[in-house]
This record gives sequence, structure tokens and C-alpha cells, in this order.
Amino acid sequence: MPDTPVPAPRGTSDSVAPVLEAVGVSKHFEVRNRGGNNAVVRAVENAGIALHRGRIVALVGESGSGKTTVARILGRFYAPTEGEIRLHGRPVAAGGIARRDYFRKVQLIFQDPFGSLNSLHRVRYTLGRALKLHGHARSRREVEDGVIDLLRRVNLTPPEQYLDKFPHELSGGQRQRVVIARALAVRPEVLLGDEPISMLDVSIRLDVLNLLAKLRDEEGLALLYITHDIASARYLCDEIDVMYAGQLVEGGPKEAVIQSPKHPYTRLLLDSSPDPGRSLAAGSASEGLFTATGELGEPPDPADPPTGCRFHPRCPFAMDECRESFPERTEFPDGQWVHCWLHQKGRAHLLAPAPPAQSLKETRP
Amino acid sequence: MLNGILRKWNVRIGLGIFALALLVAFLGPWVAQSLIGWSGHQVDYHAIGRPPGHGHLLGTNTAGNDVLAQTVLGARGSVFVGLVSAVLATVLAAAVGVPSGFVGGRYDRVMTAFTNVFLTLPSFALTLIVAGYVQGAPWLMIALIIAVFEWPGGARYLRSQTLSLRGRDFTVAMRMVGETRLRLVFFEVMPHLTGIISAMFLRAMVAGIFAEAGLAFLGIGSTDTISWGTMIADAHSQSAILNGQWWWFVPPGLCIAVLGMATALVNFGIDEITNPRLSAAGRRLVKKFHAARAAGRRAAGPAAAETAGRST
Repeated sequence: MPDTPVPAPRGTSDSVAPVLEAVGVSKHFEVRNRGGNNAVVRAVENAGIALHRGRIVALVGESGSGKTTVARILGRFYAPTEGEIRLHGRPVAAGGIARRDYFRKVQLIFQDPFGSLNSLHRVRYTLGRALKLHGHARSRREVEDGVIDLLRRVNLTPPEQYLDKFPHELSGGQRQRVVIARALAVRPEVLLGDEPISMLDVSIRLDVLNLLAKLRDEEGLALLYITHDIASARYLCDEIDVMYAGQLVEGGPKEAVIQSPKHPYTRLLLDSSPDPGRSLAAGSASEGLFTATGELGEPPDPADPPTGCRFHPRCPFAMDECRESFPERTEFPDGQWVHCWLHQKGRAHLLAPAPPAQSLKETRP
Repeated sequence: MLNGILRKWNVRIGLGIFALALLVAFLGPWVAQSLIGWSGHQVDYHAIGRPPGHGHLLGTNTAGNDVLAQTVLGARGSVFVGLVSAVLATVLAAAVGVPSGFVGGRYDRVMTAFTNVFLTLPSFALTLIVAGYVQGAPWLMIALIIAVFEWPGGARYLRSQTLSLRGRDFTVAMRMVGETRLRLVFFEVMPHLTGIISAMFLRAMVAGIFAEAGLAFLGIGSTDTISWGTMIADAHSQSAILNGQWWWFVPPGLCIAVLGMATALVNFGIDEITNPRLSAAGRRLVKKFHAARAAGRRAAGPAAAETAGRST
């Protein structure tokens, strides 16, 4: 590694300048539906995310909420429709930073380790190309040493044994390690993990999570960890951002978000994730929040999203304002923030954890 | 993948036939002169239009040429034209189709339109007209003309395959590592197309041989070289069918048919690899499984009846 590991700063996100930042980023896709009419899918609306050195930010949300689009915008796979990406404060527009230079700093890890390695190339070739492309190895000897070093860093030991393997000879976890090694070969500052463990066996997920944590702690990488599993986000991350239907609705330090969710959607996510610490009785009481809206419990169509706050059709606390406009950001002293009318209108007490189901029914508008 | 293909019996036979045809094409004159004893152009004045036998294994034509020697010599005319036209057509198809699918956008639209124009041309009729213009052209020219009308189908196929491969995660991932475009095409995408390209090549080769034979039959093509097409054409013009001289046109016709069969065999084998459900081995396995189950049922049947009988 060119730079020695520096103790990762763990303060609030505002204390240091972010490495990679998305500012007010939107992505609209034009699609043609069956009638031949053009429709605009608003995959991401006005999203802002900042990644800091030595910190892991989790982006949590259900399928189709736009998490992957955010990752791909950050990875410069898509150009944002609005807003901009900044690398070390420099805007990355077309022509701002050359692609190759950008990829040298920012690497994306795909969800599917079975699809993201070319089945016809050996591990040595795949990793060697990444090293050679960025001038980290030239001669045959250097490439081999570099590849061995990479394999060791992702805990594929003994590395010599994996050099000449084809992807189909590796297990899912081993493949994902090779994918991570390929990203590391570039020596990036930022890793974007697009659900890196969702396609892996449960038994090896923890290993890969620990590997990501090790990269953060020892090498000071900035990481974006995209997931729909809030439990793994809690295990790994420093900060959690919650996304719903293309909008970021809540974010902040992970314990704050998990202990006192400020957005009803975050509550729904937390309630629907299995928690061995929560007793069945308490669980059923808090799930009572959402039983009445259960039949509406589907993510909205991004081509025709609900007006205002996009969560309002599923929200037990929906008010008239929610249908009309998207709320401003409410900030809290500990760094947590939320976009929810409840906080603008002084009704935040409704979100207090595990309220008796009875009182909830009475206060529902 | 390649190993799996070579293990199939039909692929082996098909490729064997191709190898034999190539060998005969290269060694043709030598084979005719030293093994058969007749050069093909040589005239045996004592045997004009003779049926097989009497020192001519496949008889002679009305000009007194040995038919076997002519067939062997004709392999060169036919197979070389097929080979060269197939190489040209395949290279053209790959050169147009792969970049078109990979680059996309306006370039793709222009190239697709261009390909479609060629695809809708009545290729054989045009080959005929163009070849008619260059009357008496050498075989290389004929091969070139055939190739020009042979590539569009392959180009479209390769384009669509490339389009799919371009969007796969592994290509996107290598692009995001910073891989150059040229290497993405040649090292990430193209290796996945080798099966298709080789099948295309064999098909184009046989199509080239057919086209050459068709042109020669219609009297267009090089007049000085012998090919299977010119043999059939000569037999036709000398009304060999009316005279019952089957030995004159059957050997070259059969050779063309056998080469056509060889491509079919190879392509079946490739199909089995890409679509494992067609696999003969798989079918055999399924049959075996059904047989075993039926046998099991038959064995269980009497036993069950017996126990039932005992219990009553």
C-alpha cells in the first residue's frame, strides 16, 4: 500500500472533508411502456451521500428503492440527471476527472459474484489485469507477487492455490473475495459494495463483512455498504442512511438510527427485521403500527410515485401535508437527520418505541 | 467448453470430414497423378463416357477425363472457394457485428441499417449478376463475391450476442477497473463468442461451396479450373442424365452433400453444449432413469401383491 494506515476518524460526518460525495443527485430513466408512450422512471431523487475515510456508510432500503442506482451513479456507471458527484471536493462531471483516474480512486463491488467474474479467465489474469492497468505491476514476476499479495489480503490462503483457478472452481464466498481483491488491486480510496453479501451462503457472510471491516480499519478505506438487511448494516457500519422509493428519508450515526428511528419507514424496516433480543409479545405490539396499512404494504411504482412524501400511502401517521410536499430536513444534535412531517409538526412523540397499540388507534388521523 | 465439444461423436465425425476435404484439396493434383494415375485434364481416347471399371474407378466423362481424378481435383476448386469466402465472410461479420453491439448508439444504428440492407438483398441473384460482370474471374474473385453477400446474417447474430455480453456484470466490472475498450472486446467479450463464430465459419464454408457450385452450374465462374460445380455443369450440358451417365454427376454432388452433412453434425454438437437439454448423453440418462424406475415398480409390484394376498 502506498499510504500507511491512519487511525480512522470516527467523529461526526461533518468533522472531516468527505472523500466521495453525492450532492443533490437525481437519476431519471426514460422508458417506453407497452403503449409506446415514454415514461420517466424517477429512480433517485435529490440524494446526498458523503463517504469519509475509514468509515462505512450503509444505504438501507427495500428492493427497487434506488440503492443500486445510487451506487452506480457514484461508480460513474450512470451519469446523474441532476446534481453532481465530488471526489475530494472536485466535481466529477463529464470531462472533470478522466474515467481511468476516477476508477483508480473509486471501485464498485457487484452483488453477484457468479456474474462479475469472466468465466473464461483464471484468477491470475483477472487480478493481474487490474494491477497492470494502473501501473502497479509490470513484469510477470511483479504481477504474480502482486496477485499473491492481494489474495492474502482477502484471506484466500494459501494464495498459490488460487492463482490458476477458474471462477467455476471457486465457491461463492471465494469468488466474492476475488472480486474484492480485484477492486483492491486498483488501490482505491473508496469501495462501493452493492449488496456484496446478499448472494452468499449465510455461513460465509460474516467472513466477508469482517473482511470489509478490516479494510476500513487497517487501510482506511471509505466504504458504501448497500443492503436491505438492517441487521448486517448495524453490525458493520458507522452510519446508516435509509432510502425509500428513490428518496433518502433518514440518516445518521447507526446507533441513533437504530435505537430511535425518526422516520416511520425506518421503524417499519427495524420492526420487520428479526431481532432475537425482542420478545415476541413486544414485537407484535410494535408491528401493530403497520398492520392497518398492511394491504398497502408495497413499494410504489417509481414511474408514477405518490406525491409529497412517497411513503404516505403506507404511513400510519399520514397527514394532509404528507400528500402535498416532501418535508424539509430536520436535524438532530447527534448528527441524525430525517425528512418527515411529524417532526415539522411536533408530532414526533408518535414514533416513540413500542407504544401500546390501543393509543395508536385513537390518535391516528 | 471446447473440450466438451471435441468429445462429441458427431462433432468428431463432422470435423473429420472437413479435415479430409481440406487434405484432398491441398494434395489434389498429387493424389490424382500418383494414386489414380490420371491428372483429370488428361484424355483417355480409348475410354470415352465409360461407366465405372476398366481402369477408371468412377468411369470417364464424354471428354474421356477420369471422373475420380476430376472429383479429387475439383475439391480444390470447391473447398478453396468455400474456405476463402468463409474466412472473409466471418471476418466481415465479426468486424461489423461485434463493434456495433459493443459500441452501441448511433454507430450501432448506422451499422445495423447497413447490415439490414445487405440482408434483404437477393444475395444469390446479385452474386450471379456481379459474377457475370467479371466473366471468367479467377476463383479468388469468386470467393470474394460470395463472401460479400454471405456476412450479414452472421453480423446480426454476433451483434445481438455482443449486446448481451456487453451488459453482463463481468464486462461492466472490468470496464470499471479501467480496462481498455479494445481489450474488453478481444479478451472479455470475444472468447465467449468463439463457439458461435466457429459454427458460423463452417456454415459459411458450406454455403460458399454451394454458391460456387451454383455459379459454376449456371456457367459463371472460372472456366479453367475444375470444381464440383463445373463437373455438374458439364454433366448437365452434355446431357449426362439423359444418357444415364450417373457416375459423372453423382460423385461431385455427393461430395457437396457430405460436406453439408458435416456442418450439420458439428452444429448439432455445438447446440448440445449450449443447450444441454438436447444432449444425447442426457437423453440416455433420462431413459436409463425411467427404465430403472419401471423395473423397480415391476419388482415391487409382485411383492406388494404377495403381501396383500398373505394378509387376507
